[in-house]
Amino acid sequence: MTEKLKTFYNKRKTIILLVLFAMAIALPFLIEKGSVMSLIVRIMFYIILASSLNIINGYSGQFNIGHAGFVLIGSYTLSILAQLGWPIWVLYILAGVVTSIIGLIIALPTLRLRGIYLALVTLGFSEILRLIALNWTGLTGGPMGIKGIPAPWFFGLRSTAPHNYYFIVLFFVIICLFTSYRVINSKVGRAWMSIREDDHAAMSLGVDIRKYKAINFMFGAFWAGVGGALMAPFYTFIDSSMFSLDEGFNILSMVIIGGQGTLIGPVVGSVVVNLTTEIFRFADEARLLIYAIMIMAMMWIRPQGLAGTSRSVIANRSLGKERGTFLKKLLKKKEVK
Amino acid sequence: MLKVDNLVVNYGYIQALRDVSLEIKENEIITLIGGNGAGKSSTLMAISNLVKKTSGTVTFDGRDISRMDPDKIVSLGIAHVPEGRNIFKKLSVEENLLIGTITNKKISKKEINDRVEEMFVIFPRLKERRKKSGGSLSGGEQQMLAIARGLMLKPRLLMMDEPSLGLAPIIVEEIFELMEDVKKSGMTILLIEQNAMLALNVADRGYVLQNGEIVLTGTGKELLDNPEVKKAYLGI
Ligand SMILES: Nc1ncnc2c1ncn2[C@@H]1O[C@H](COP(=O)(O)OP(=O)(O)OP(=O)(O)O)[C@@H](O)[C@H]1O
Ligand SMILES: [Mg+2]
Repeated sequence: MTEKLKTFYNKRKTIILLVLFAMAIALPFLIEKGSVMSLIVRIMFYIILASSLNIINGYSGQFNIGHAGFVLIGSYTLSILAQLGWPIWVLYILAGVVTSIIGLIIALPTLRLRGIYLALVTLGFSEILRLIALNWTGLTGGPMGIKGIPAPWFFGLRSTAPHNYYFIVLFFVIICLFTSYRVINSKVGRAWMSIREDDHAAMSLGVDIRKYKAINFMFGAFWAGVGGALMAPFYTFIDSSMFSLDEGFNILSMVIIGGQGTLIGPVVGSVVVNLTTEIFRFADEARLLIYAIMIMAMMWIRPQGLAGTSRSVIANRSLGKERGTFLKKLLKKKEVK
Repeated sequence: MLKVDNLVVNYGYIQALRDVSLEIKENEIITLIGGNGAGKSSTLMAISNLVKKTSGTVTFDGRDISRMDPDKIVSLGIAHVPEGRNIFKKLSVEENLLIGTITNKKISKKEINDRVEEMFVIFPRLKERRKKSGGSLSGGEQQMLAIARGLMLKPRLLMMDEPSLGLAPIIVEEIFELMEDVKKSGMTILLIEQNAMLALNVADRGYVLQNGEIVLTGTGKELLDNPEVKKAYLGI
């Protein structure tokens, strides 16, 4: 079915995109309820976060499970500087740049690590950042967090209300997806995918693995930072507990459920996971069980995710082999050189 | 053009290359033959600096490239078509080819497209499948794609690691014909083969590798006539 959708899309690309855009603009005028609009805005935050994680995990095959750490940096960068009176619009971008630089700093010493080893480093880094945010009271407010983060001015309005803030987030979602699309279809994107597919072959063709992996981390971190920065003025309050490992896994589950290595996958994943969260809100902590079941079911039935293009394990035996290599890659510790 | 001197490569305590020296001149076809585990692939990987050299030097046009990064070596014009058709299975045929030019920073979009079209002239079967994923190609087509990807660079030296492995005889023949064409176009080829008969027939000179050491060298014809080679590699 996804194949058919794809050809349908390719034939009428411009029309479909224009219709989607018109619908996106019309949406807040059709929905009255603030709580529903709030949910939509939240889904859009996650579209940015999941897409940025997908750049790293889905396109270059690196395994980052500490994405919440990048989100934290973006969120705190904006919140701290906003309190000093910096303009919010500038801070959205600056937060991305700062996070991107941190991404590079994390990436440099870990460029030779793969699979589970890189995963452990990203996990540790995410926790360290959370602990710093929790304990450096002078800068981050410590356990009290940061309150009263202002929303930017937007056509003469303070845009805190979900119906207004929606447009700001929409703007960034579009730029995020568009730039991702452009990069993925460029030389850089092809280099990432060649590393993901077979890093040895990529190297023998002269792909500078370290350089492209570093660019990959920087690009993914940039959008994670922007996503984190967007969240702060909307919630008006942040504290370190919002960036726990659970949050990192939450983003990861959206990427996996939606489909890694496709642009649309994380979008689908964000919608599905957030709606599930909403529906099972009454189940409280037991919700986590539902995610776990969803992820396991996905790995078994559709390892490529809801939006992935190849067929399922059951339909196509040969995919079983690919799962095997995925595991092997995960466990392979051999260095690049 | 390329000179390898006293190359030693170890994998942990396994010594893969003990002392390998060889020389390749402009526009030659050189073949490296030897049994399984003799160290053929390791020699190529050491030239591309994909494995660590314990000692020894590699010089290209008189320039020491022993410690150069792999991507720099490729950009000097040394293409390496690795063993086992390492194509990118999930990328399309076209994307596979495009990655072949990645080290060339000066090349224009148009030039890249021209080269892709050129590859499609040489390998018409790839043209029909240009949008298909690499993994959906047959073994022979995958090998052609791997070679085409190497040629995309317009390298001066093309190193091929067992291009005929596991292919039907008719496709093997095609690949060897192609090699002669490639040579006519002015390129230099370093070819690894287990099929010594075929390889020595196209090669100007050959080296015989055994347990990580060069044990014999000579022109293709000399080696074909050599009784030891006959016994060990030609099965005559
Ligand atoms: N990654 C590795 N780790 C450990 N040992 C290795 C590794 N790669 C190769 N070897 C060993 O080094 C020696 C030379 O291997 P190499 O792959 O160069 O041989 P080859 O001549 O290409 O063989 P084949 O014809 O089977 O491809 C062999 O003994 C092999 O077992
Ligand atoms: Mg070999």
